[in-house]
Amino acid sequence: MSEPVLEIKNLSVDYGMGPDAVQAVRDVSLTLHRGEVLGLAGESGSGKSTLAYGMTRLLPPPGVVSGGEVVYHPQDGAPVDILGLNRPQLRKLRWSEISIVFQGAMNSLNPVHKVVTQLCDVIKAHDKRSTPASRRARAAELMKLVGINTDRLDSYPHQLSGGMRQRVMIAMALALEPSVVIMDEPTTALDVVMQRQILTQLAELRERLGFAVLFITHDLSLLVELSDRIAIMYGGRIVEEANARQLYREPLHPYSLGLLKSFPALRGERRELTGIPGSPPDLRAMPSGCAFHPRCPRAFEPCADRDPVLAAPEDKTRSVACWLHVPGAGRTAENSTSSTTARS
Amino acid sequence: MSYLLRRIGFYLFTAWAAITINFFIPRAIPGDPVQSMVNRAQGQIDSNAIHSLYVLFGMDTDQSIFSQYFEYLGQLLRGDLGLSFTFFPTPVSEVLGDSLPWTIALVGLTTIVSFVLGTGLGVLVGWRRGGWADLVLPVTTFLSSIPYFWLGLIAITLFAGDGGAFPSSGGYDPGVTPSFTWDFISSAVLHSVLPAVTILITSMSGWIMSMRNMMVTVSQEDYITVAHAKGLSERRVMVSYAARNALLPNVSGFAMSLGLIVGGTLLMEIVFSYPGVGYELFQALGAKDYPLMQGIFLVITLSVLVANLLADVAYLALDPRTRREG
Repeated sequence: MSEPVLEIKNLSVDYGMGPDAVQAVRDVSLTLHRGEVLGLAGESGSGKSTLAYGMTRLLPPPGVVSGGEVVYHPQDGAPVDILGLNRPQLRKLRWSEISIVFQGAMNSLNPVHKVVTQLCDVIKAHDKRSTPASRRARAAELMKLVGINTDRLDSYPHQLSGGMRQRVMIAMALALEPSVVIMDEPTTALDVVMQRQILTQLAELRERLGFAVLFITHDLSLLVELSDRIAIMYGGRIVEEANARQLYREPLHPYSLGLLKSFPALRGERRELTGIPGSPPDLRAMPSGCAFHPRCPRAFEPCADRDPVLAAPEDKTRSVACWLHVPGAGRTAENSTSSTTARS
Repeated sequence: MSYLLRRIGFYLFTAWAAITINFFIPRAIPGDPVQSMVNRAQGQIDSNAIHSLYVLFGMDTDQSIFSQYFEYLGQLLRGDLGLSFTFFPTPVSEVLGDSLPWTIALVGLTTIVSFVLGTGLGVLVGWRRGGWADLVLPVTTFLSSIPYFWLGLIAITLFAGDGGAFPSSGGYDPGVTPSFTWDFISSAVLHSVLPAVTILITSMSGWIMSMRNMMVTVSQEDYITVAHAKGLSERRVMVSYAARNALLPNVSGFAMSLGLIVGGTLLMEIVFSYPGVGYELFQALGAKDYPLMQGIFLVITLSVLVANLLADVAYLALDPRTRREG
């Protein structure tokens, strides 16, 4: 696997301060490698969007990053911790290195400015030497890249369809040729046909331009197809991480299995759709032990008491946080209290 | 463009309706101008004099109210607003010509300054939400809840009268004649300070609050987050993304208040005996001076309509979503 481009290390994000703080992202570590597509899946409220906002320091108050590091590795130069940058440095890094395509395709564009203005202002902000003509040319180029006729440059966002708007956002995200593009449910608001078109196009563009993608969605079926690796989030934690094929064929965590069983497969053998009973955990009152145990069909003795740690089960190139994959977890429960010692 | 034409058509219709109502309402009020003059003279006028007053005011003919109405419309078209009863025999248009500049200059300038300052402050306060700037809020709430006449009277008590720095009433010193001389202008400015400041205090906080609230709402829009993520400067995000969108409702409010400049400051002009349209309306009401009342209402109506038209134009210019494709 190629070198890392973005490393999230032990990131925690809280909403609020002091004793009332709610921990939405708990001690998450993830590594995005150059040019790969890393999928991040989980149900609503699992903290996946909060993670994206937190790592880019876009979290609106009362959200606070309470710990961890987000290390960006530039193409040439020393790695930087995004959380430690000052404002001008952060502004410089944003969009030119890491750009984001947001959830709300409909509301991501400023309604009072033309598309071309919004494509150009980001170029202007990062390249002071650019001229109005060069910016416009680049904007036209970007529109062509995502398959929109350049006569749409002078349109206002409300004159574009939802699909076009999201394409404009993708074009905008690629404007400065970043190494990382974070996509937060980029196709959720679109119909399936449009979704398919945009994703196909995205795959082509990635092939051509070689940026890495952190793709966030609740739609695991999409990720299985699209990404190289998949991380599953539950209750603010990564509970399983594996490459896409592995995860699809043989999910280790019961939650991943539940997610996989909640959508039909287009190809392959028929499976029974079951879904996951219960509802996502209340972040203010997280269950003791493994956050998933109240909903877990395979919960056993240690699950309610002790938190499983994300670790590689035996000799595999993947990791999971589940007692089922800790050999002897049930037996050692009596004579061990800390989760770390229970790990083999 | 056709949208604008349709709007203009609509406003012409509204103007006609307003003129019609304007004609009938004063005539529906019990009593007439001669009667109120007789009352003022406390019965010292004999019946012959009363009759000649009726003839003088043109109220002796037994015209039906509808033929009076059509005659009124005809006169309006010729720009003839009739003669004022109170300032007899000065034509209403001349009376208005004397008072309008005072109101427009003072209240107009104050309204614009109030809007610009209030909106600007609102942008800053809304953008820096959660910091020290939020301390402005209780102050503005307090200021905007002060009844205007009370603030005016307090201002007069504190700053005018004996030993005060400012005159308490009038638009200029009785000793100077209105002309483009230093004496007159400085006197007029000095007279306008208290009215202007009191209006500013009570009206600006409204702009601050509405702009601040819109800024807070707009700040949560996705495109603001996108603008931040794009690495644009804070200033650019605030001005061209947040404020530019938050401004829209305030602009229509501003156009409305421009329309109310002419008639909306009755209290100020009464409190400060300012020689403007509001004060004149107050006098006209007391004297049952139909032609003057009608003239003033007409001016108020037309200015509100023109202000609405301006608001439409401003909206077309500022918000592309209101423009029709065509």
